Amino acid sequence: MRRFLARNAPAYIFLSPWLLGFFLLALGPILASLYLSFTRYDMVSAPRWVGFDNYSYMFTRDRRFWKALEVTFTYVALAVPARLIMALGVAMLLDKGLRTIGLYRAIFYLPSLLGASIAIAILWRQLFEANGVVNQVLAYFGIQGISWITNPDTSLYTLVILAMWQFGSPMLIFLAGLRGIPRDLYEAAEIDGTPRWRQFTRITLPLLAPVIFFNLVLQTIESFKTFSSAFIISNGTGAPADSLLFYTVYLFNEAFKFFRMGYASALAWVLLIIIAVFTAIAFFTSKYWVHYENERD
Amino acid sequence: MDEAARVAHEMRLKRDRRERNGRILKHLFLITVSCVMLYPLFWLLASSFKPENEIFGSLTLWPSQFQLDNYTKGWNALPISFTTFYINSAIVTVLSVIGNLISCSFAAYAFARLQFTGRSFFFALMMMTLMVPYHVVLIPQYVQFLALGWVDTYLPLVVPRFLASDAFFIFLMVQFFRQLPRELDEAAMIDGCSPFKIYWSIILPLSLPAMGTAAIFSLIWVWEDFLAPLIYLNDIKSYTVPLALRLFLDQEGQSAYGQMFAMSVLSLVPVVIFFVLFQKLIVRGIATSGMK
Repeated sequence: MRRFLARNAPAYIFLSPWLLGFFLLALGPILASLYLSFTRYDMVSAPRWVGFDNYSYMFTRDRRFWKALEVTFTYVALAVPARLIMALGVAMLLDKGLRTIGLYRAIFYLPSLLGASIAIAILWRQLFEANGVVNQVLAYFGIQGISWITNPDTSLYTLVILAMWQFGSPMLIFLAGLRGIPRDLYEAAEIDGTPRWRQFTRITLPLLAPVIFFNLVLQTIESFKTFSSAFIISNGTGAPADSLLFYTVYLFNEAFKFFRMGYASALAWVLLIIIAVFTAIAFFTSKYWVHYENERD
Repeated sequence: MDEAARVAHEMRLKRDRRERNGRILKHLFLITVSCVMLYPLFWLLASSFKPENEIFGSLTLWPSQFQLDNYTKGWNALPISFTTFYINSAIVTVLSVIGNLISCSFAAYAFARLQFTGRSFFFALMMMTLMVPYHVVLIPQYVQFLALGWVDTYLPLVVPRFLASDAFFIFLMVQFFRQLPRELDEAAMIDGCSPFKIYWSIILPLSLPAMGTAAIFSLIWVWEDFLAPLIYLNDIKSYTVPLALRLFLDQEGQSAYGQMFAMSVLSLVPVVIFFVLFQKLIVRGIATSGMK
């Protein structure tokens, strides 16, 4: 016992802040949230056990829940590929044949750093207003624009564009990945007269698969969690006509506007399960399309 | 010059010419993309110097008259001056960064350099917390902090950072600590150094790039943080800058766009300054750890 302590004590002392945080701020709250999801709780009176009522209401009668799912899934399905394709395209341009890429890299990365801020969300609202910058550019080409943000058919796309604008960090990760692909593969392909497109599908894509996988998982999780920009652009409500009712915005309103803490906890757990399922799918399918360098031969 | 050499030479010339043309095209394309991407930012900057009636309705970036009114008026446009909001944001940010650096480097040191029972188990748990959305822990945490009387103080924003709640930085530091040669610890151990001494005088001094990256990212993220302050700070006197910016939106209709833009620009200034100063660290940090 003493030997066990002597061996482990220093490590656990170093680990203690995280351990404390893990139990008090992660595991504890996750379990508490599971419990609360089976109760009705308004923060005034004590939580009252209602069994599966929250979940059955959610899945069978809550239209806004389904709307929130629709909005969020649409957003993820559009924003993640858009951002990754943009990131990979620009990374490939920067990777080959250009000597000075530092400035471009900085310019393309800057929006990723600023993008999460309230200032940019405010800016985005104004860009897509009826008399905003976007419509003035369109008017220049003789196109009559609409109020993109207040029109429920288009509002979500303004956020997809905002997501696309922030392609900087996956771009940097792609760049690092591209650097790892041996040049002589391309040279050999060039000598064989392999067309560029085939070089891309036969060399770049397969060798980059682990990096693509990594970016895909990371960006999907991030996109499911989108909150601030949607909250600001939709005035905190998911307006117009719930077209910006992101899952997190709905959850926030249920919890902190209407104080339906039990129901909001159930919403939180469904979100956790959705993200877990997506991560699991990515990991389990990865062996069919991701091959790591050192696994070969 | 024999025939083969001449042909080879010509082919090389041709290739070089093609490559140069390709390069010029690429630069043109990249410059266009850069302009499109930066235009919104410059528009925001330019609008903040324009008189109210000039902001909408023209695409030109250069104001007809350059005025600082938006800044001076915007600073005091809300019931409380922005001086307070900046002090509040600075307090929260500085404390959070310190908390992140200490607690995350402690945990990372244990995971990366020390042998102990349960190491891989706890490491796996730590990685799993990276996936958990903040919204899942939010409600119980709020209930907990409310019961402690912490709502409307900075404690809910700062204390978790001293408990390594931003596990991402642990991961970042573990990646870095692992690359340092093992022999360093072993030699120091033989010399009778305690684990703390090794952490403090060997690992930390060698890990300044990683610590720097973590410091910059946590600084920027805490500075821009919106959700947690939105929930925990109700009193306008304790508002951070992002919350204050949101107040401008609530007063919409009073057409103070110029002032709102001016304050938005100011809120981005610290981020841009840190980006320009520490660009190398930031870029390397993302490339090696794969940050968001």
